[in-house]
Amino acid sequence: MATAGPVEVYLDLLSQPCRALHILLNCTDIPHKVHTVALRRGENRSPEFTRLNPMQKVPVVVDGGFVLTESDAILKYLVTKYDVPEHWYPRQPERRARVDEYTAWHHSNTRPHSAKVFILEVLLPSQSGSPVDAVHLTRALAQLDDTLDKLESMFLRRQPFLCGDDITVADLLAICELMQPVGGGRDVLQDRPQLQRWRSRVQSAVGDAFELAHTILYAVRDRRKAKL
Amino acid sequence: MWAGREPSESATETPAQTRGHRRGAVMALELYLDLNSQPCRSVYIFATKNNVPFEFKKLNLLEGEQYGEEFGKINLIRKAPALRDGDFCLAESIAILLYLAEKFKTPDYWYPADLHQRARVNEYLSWQHMTIRLQGSKVFWLQLLIPKILGADVPQDKLDAALEDLNASLTLLEDKFIQDKPFIAGDHITLADLVAIVEVMQPVGAGVDVFEGRAKLSAWRDRVQAAIGEELFDEAHKTILGAQESVKLMDASKLQFFKPKILKLFM
Repeated sequence: MATAGPVEVYLDLLSQPCRALHILLNCTDIPHKVHTVALRRGENRSPEFTRLNPMQKVPVVVDGGFVLTESDAILKYLVTKYDVPEHWYPRQPERRARVDEYTAWHHSNTRPHSAKVFILEVLLPSQSGSPVDAVHLTRALAQLDDTLDKLESMFLRRQPFLCGDDITVADLLAICELMQPVGGGRDVLQDRPQLQRWRSRVQSAVGDAFELAHTILYAVRDRRKAKL
Repeated sequence: MWAGREPSESATETPAQTRGHRRGAVMALELYLDLNSQPCRSVYIFATKNNVPFEFKKLNLLEGEQYGEEFGKINLIRKAPALRDGDFCLAESIAILLYLAEKFKTPDYWYPADLHQRARVNEYLSWQHMTIRLQGSKVFWLQLLIPKILGADVPQDKLDAALEDLNASLTLLEDKFIQDKPFIAGDHITLADLVAIVEVMQPVGAGVDVFEGRAKLSAWRDRVQAAIGEELFDEAHKTILGAQESVKLMDASKLQFFKPKILKLFM
């Protein structure tokens, strides 16, 4: 399928799924052009962006007129269309099924439970000016703890990456969610050596792309630290 | 995630017996299902419609069978549906549907090889987790199960809020996903429609008519039902459509182990 030109990518690096996409693009040869949609400035609610995506969410890709939302659909589309190493989304049915299993489970586990911690510690207080809701935060941290237990005992049991011996799109989605609370100065993997080792493996596998994707998040963390 | 059998099943079997058993036995694919559950219905419909040879292993989720020892060996997260194909175990209905489509070479239209069409299907399957699925489930629990388990009515404002959220998602399903097409990805039914319909039917089982006042959604439902086959559709939904009656007959004391989860998740 011939497409003229690079994939247009609309994203905000403050967003976890956007970072996963950004990392994939930067450690493969997929030709792309990034357009930043600043969520903090409400650019996702502009008439122009709303025309592109009525759900007003990022990431969005436009590939020769074909508009696609939802990060797992986007990641799977890109690794299938372009000539990237097969390990990202293996073709062998059982290995592929493991990735599909994780990316489904991710939606109601890793993603909401990590996001909630960041929302409670960073977003809500900065939007409302109120202090952190300690009761809800405690609950959110407990829920995240449960998810981390499952990541360790189920997905990382006896294997170096979430879905097998090599990194897949599943690891990108997961790591970016788990990094989000870093924006509030919290490393949720602090007391989890097994997950830290996995994180290091992911970082090694993607090289500079990891740090590049996380610069904005680190800047948010550093600005907050400076204020306190 | 990994939950399969360990190499040696039994301490009393000789190595020769084990080898013979593994080589000679033709094990049917097993599907662990409770048709009260939406994702179990999509897997059941898909497997049946496509003549996938499988053994139906009935699970009763409300009786806590997913917490039993046997099931734990198959599926560590103790959720249904679950698939066991020889030594390969799989959870998550979407993963199961895609695996079955590939393994049994089901007709292309279910999960098209065409890149754009497949992406559209994946897009819906991704979006629906935290919208229709979550909100349809919540309405079902708040409307039907929770009052039974707690022995008291759920506050009206909680119910109203849940219904409002579900309605917003149903509007998006109509306006963004179905639009003016016969099905979500275009002219033919796909896994997206199958996953959507079973979720949309869940609140119906609790007595909430989600199709009322929604002509587009109703027309789409009719097309999906016809494409699946009325008989199979009705068979798969018989249990959930009888939920109001069967919940009435349930012994609430046996459901009390759900109480902590309910209080944590819904109240």
